[in-house]
Order: sequence, then structure tokens, then C-alpha cells
Amino acid sequence: MSDTKKKTDAAGFFTKLVRNQIFIPLAALLLLVIVNLIAGPSFFKITYSANNAGDMIFSGYPISILNFGSELAILAIGMTLVTAASGGQDISVGSAIAIAGSVILRVLCGNAGSHPATMQAPIIVAFLIGCVVAMLFGAFNGILVAYFRIQPMVATLILYTAGRSIAAWINNNELPIISEPEFAYFGGFIPGIPIPVPIFIAAICMIVMALVLKFTTLGLYTQAVGINEKSARLNGLNPTFIKFLSFVILGLCVAVAGFIKVSRLSTINYSVIAKDIEMDAILAVALGGNALSGGKFSMVSSILGAYVIQFLTQTLYRFKVSSDALPAYKAVVVIILVVASAPTVREKISSLWKNRKAHAKEVG
Amino acid sequence: MKNNKKKLSDSNLLLTITVVIFFVMYIGAILFLKGGFLRPQAFLNMLNSNACLIILSCGMSLVMITGGIDISLGGQMALISMCCAVYLDEMGGNVFVSILIALAIGMAFGAFIGYLVAYLDIQPFIVSLAGMFFARGMTTIVRTAPFNVANEAFTALKRTRIIIPGLGSVNRKGIYVDAYIEIGVIVALLVVVLMFILLKWTKLGRSFYAVGGNKQSALMLGINVKRTKFLAHLLCGLLAGIGGYVLFLNHGNGSVSNGAGMEMDAIASSIIGGTLLTGGVGNIIGTFFGVLSLGTIQNIVSSAGFDEAWWIGITTAAMLCLFLVIQSIVLSRKKSS
Repeated sequence: MSDTKKKTDAAGFFTKLVRNQIFIPLAALLLLVIVNLIAGPSFFKITYSANNAGDMIFSGYPISILNFGSELAILAIGMTLVTAASGGQDISVGSAIAIAGSVILRVLCGNAGSHPATMQAPIIVAFLIGCVVAMLFGAFNGILVAYFRIQPMVATLILYTAGRSIAAWINNNELPIISEPEFAYFGGFIPGIPIPVPIFIAAICMIVMALVLKFTTLGLYTQAVGINEKSARLNGLNPTFIKFLSFVILGLCVAVAGFIKVSRLSTINYSVIAKDIEMDAILAVALGGNALSGGKFSMVSSILGAYVIQFLTQTLYRFKVSSDALPAYKAVVVIILVVASAPTVREKISSLWKNRKAHAKEVG
Repeated sequence: MKNNKKKLSDSNLLLTITVVIFFVMYIGAILFLKGGFLRPQAFLNMLNSNACLIILSCGMSLVMITGGIDISLGGQMALISMCCAVYLDEMGGNVFVSILIALAIGMAFGAFIGYLVAYLDIQPFIVSLAGMFFARGMTTIVRTAPFNVANEAFTALKRTRIIIPGLGSVNRKGIYVDAYIEIGVIVALLVVVLMFILLKWTKLGRSFYAVGGNKQSALMLGINVKRTKFLAHLLCGLLAGIGGYVLFLNHGNGSVSNGAGMEMDAIASSIIGGTLLTGGVGNIIGTFFGVLSLGTIQNIVSSAGFDEAWWIGITTAAMLCLFLVIQSIVLSRKKSS
């Protein structure tokens, strides 16, 4: 008897695990790890050696996944909130990163032309101005979505097309280059610390978000608005403001991601920087098991989803897929994900499952 | 007091706004920016370069009337022109088959997106976003570098000009130049007329409006909602195929950057033309004028001295933003009244 009880317990644990939201990104992660192990375990080797500048650093694929996944993880934080509150996604994040990066470089260059010998402003000032500008653009999207009630994806389509043009316009279409090494710290390494800085920046963002979710009602209110706007309103919340706020927070995330991006290169390419990142960010949210139509969300799943996406990108690179062709493969992943999570498909699968079980019982 | 007068319906009000804005802009351009706007050929050139956009916008309006959206159109343009270019140039294929290839690609996209949107009930934006990235990625897989097509039959077709008598003008050297349009314009105008007839006078056309206006009552009326939505996407795909070939005829090359940002232009044209994003309201004539308005304002911006490339993107986005806000205000006023 105890044996059968154990069995049901085990089965119960398994169904619980499968039902848990974080199961989807974990399963995807496991799948990628297995694929890479089969293709050659050297993928997971981490070496501790000197880089070009003579500093001792960790390197290897796992480190570069964490390193280059930082921007995506930061964006996933904001995108999760926007998705949960408004039931739509912001497709302008790539263009907004171009704007934020362009503003940061413009402030650093000041009036000293596009190749200044020294930075014309402290980095922190440039970063803060970039934050303000990105939050203003986020607020622009937020006003269109929250106050004018335009579908989020159409509203952000405006900035999606205009953003890179605006970014080029800010710097007069020149390519500013910052040659001081301090600026490159934020996208690379600080001498003496063997772990890439973007990982720390991403970790700080996550901790801040975790604290905000823990000690304020933001998470609860966002879910309430996403699940049912009318009843949230009747309960005394202000859905318009919460939607607006989620876009402003995404603006802040965009600024941080843009800062890392320009710091990596010390320059900017308006048409290429953060290209197709909106797709990755949406994919991260979807892979995290969050409903793309809004409502409940799990921040941890989204962030894990972001790193899984980066893992996928690295894996595709490993199999010699050119970076231009990447979107095609990712699009297939998106389609599979949305089809698998579509309610009609789920119903069909579960009814099939039930039929089989009933059939097995009859036979038994 | 005004209630006694016949009230303008939403569709007509938005259409009237668009047509008035178009004429005001064009007349303003003629008066203030003399330049080329007075010559008939300037107008015809706008048609020549926007023929593809007119066709795409018709498809986009159709999908938007049923309450959906399709942002994969720009990507499809690149894929279609690249595939046709490779087929014509390297396999020495004939022109007729290349047209069929274009239509097949467009309809395959339409059918796939339509199936996911209509039968599996997935948000059209997500599906078509994936479609856009898929199309752009596939294009680079087919060929990365842009190249011109040298196929003789194709270049003959591409160079075909239809002379319009009586509208020609005398150029600076004093030589009379005929006014002309390209084949694409004829196709585009034909599409506009056919789509207008379809939406206005056929059962299918009316069921598009019914589905977009109110799904529930459309279902009660006995309309097959899913099939109607699917057909809208399929037709949009067919139009994307036609539009893709017209673009290919106009550019004459296969390139990854073909049709960049075109989905945005098509959505902007439809919205400027009075199609509501919420579905159920829209008009092909409005869409046609939407494309012309967009073309005119881009011409005005570039001839007013803002000729850097980025101004076009910013102008289009500003136009879209303006009309979205107008729509939103019109809708909320209608709700409150």
C-alpha cells in the first residue's frame, strides 16, 4: 500500500514540476546542454588565462553566454512587466537601445568632435542623461498605449521604424569613437577582476528588481491589471498609470542595456546595434512560460529564458550558422513555442491524453 | 440641432479627413515648393515608385478590417525578390514561372500565418513578427550579396513603359518628353478596383467587416469566422506575392534590403486611409489615398531640404503617430456619445 502511495507521490511531484512555470526554460536549457555535450564537451570548458591586455580573466563559452546574455536579461526584466501589464510587447527596444547609446556617446563627445581625445563629461552624467532620454521614449510609448489605448505592438512600431533614424540624427550620422579605456570597462573587464563587468551590471539590475517586487506592490498591481483591467479599476487601482509605468521601467532597462552595448564597442553602428534584440526579448518572455496576452508573470523564468536564448544563439554559432541567418531559426523556435502554448492546442493534447488514460483503464 | 443632419459614419469621416489632407498637401506643395510638383510626371512617378506599396496596403487593410495585422510583408518582399532573382539569373528560368514563384511564396506565408491566427487563435502580431524574421533570415540564406538580374525577357518587361498621351512636358532642353507609367501601376490600379468591388459588393467582403466589427454577432449570423479570417490572410498573402513581383519589376534586383520598413509604410497607409486597428472599419479608396498622402509628404520633406535618409523614417513615423491619435480620439468620442 505504501508502495502505491509513493508512486502517486512521485507522479504528483512530476506533474507539479511540469506545471511549474520555470519547467519550460529549464527543459530547454537541459536540451541545449545535451545537444552541446553530444557535439563535443569542450564547449563547457572554462579557462583562466591572460587576455590581450595581460590581465588574468575567465574565458570560455559558458562565461560568454553569461556575458553577452546580460543585455538580454536586463531587457527581459522590463519586457516581462510590459507584457504582464499591457498584454502586448514592445518591439522598439532595439531602436531605443540605438537612441540611448547614441545619446550617451553624444554627451561624452561634447563639442570636441566625434573622436575626442578625452571624454568631455563624466561617464555617470552621460549614463544618467541616457537613462532620462530612454525613459522619455518609454513614456512616449506608454502614453500611446495607456492613455490613447493603441495596441502596444502598433504603438511601438512607430519608434521601431523611427528609432534608428533618430539615433543617427542625434550624432549627425557620424560615428563617434571614445578611445579612453575607462569607458570600455563597463562592457569588458576591470583590471584585476576576472569576471566580465556586464555580468555584475545584470546582477545588480536583477537584485534591484527582486527588491522592488518584494517590498512594493508593483508586481501584484501589474498582474491585477494584466488579468482583468476592469476589476483592477474597481478595486481602486489605476490601470492606465500602471501600464504607463511598466513602459517607463522598460525604458530604464533599455538605457542600461544600451550603455553596456556602446561600452563593448566604444562606438556605435546605428543600423546594426542591438539588431533583432526585440525578437530575443519577446522570445525570452515566451520561453519563460509567461502568457504573451498578459496577466501572471514569473520574473525568474523570464531571466532564465533570456540566458537560454543566448545559449541557443551561441549553439547556433557553434554549428556555423551565420549571424544574418539567425532570425530564421529563432522564428521557428517562436512559432513552435506559441503553437505549443496556444490554448486550443493544449486542450486538444490534454483531451488526447485523457482518452488514452481512459482507454488504458478500460484495458486494465 | 446637428443631429438632424445625416451623421457621417466613422469610415466616411476618416476617409474624408484623408482625402482632404491629401489634396491640401498636394496643392500646398504646388504653391510653395513649385519645383517638380506641377508636372504630371511628378505625380506619375509617385505612382511608379509606390505601386508595390499600394498593393501591399490593400492586403494590409483587408487583414486589419478583420481585426488582425501582418507585419511580415516587408520581409516577404525581400524573400520574393531574392528567390525570383536567383531563379531568373542563375537557372535561366522564364518570366512566367518566376511570377508563379512569387505568388506561391506569398500565399504560403499567408496560408501559414492565417492558419495559426484563425484556427489556433494565436495573436497575429507574434505570428507575423516571427514570419518577418523568418523571411529576412531565409533571404540571407538564399543569397547575401545583392545582384542585378540580366535575364533578357525580364529586363524587356521591366523596361516596358506605358505612354500616357497629352500629359507629357517639355524639359529644359526644349525636347518634348512623354509621360509614362510602369506596368506595376496598371496592376496596382487593377488590384485597387478588384478589392474595392470585393469589399463593397460581395458576400465574402461583407463578412470581413462583420468578423472585424464583432466576432460574436458574426458567429450568430452564421458566418464561419475562422474561415473568413483565414481567407483574409490568404488573400493578403496573394497580394503580397503580386506586390513582391511588382517591387521586383521596379528594382530589378535581388537584395536583402528590398522592402525594408515596408510593413510600416503599409500599416501607416492603411491607418491614414481610415482603417481602424480594432477592425470592422476600413475602405480601399481611403487606403489608396493613404499611400498617396504618405508619398506626397515624403516628397515634400525631401524637396524642402531635409534630404538626409533618416528624415523619411521619422516623417512616416510621425504621420502614423498623428493618425493613430486622431483615430483614438474619434473612437473614444464615439463611445462616449
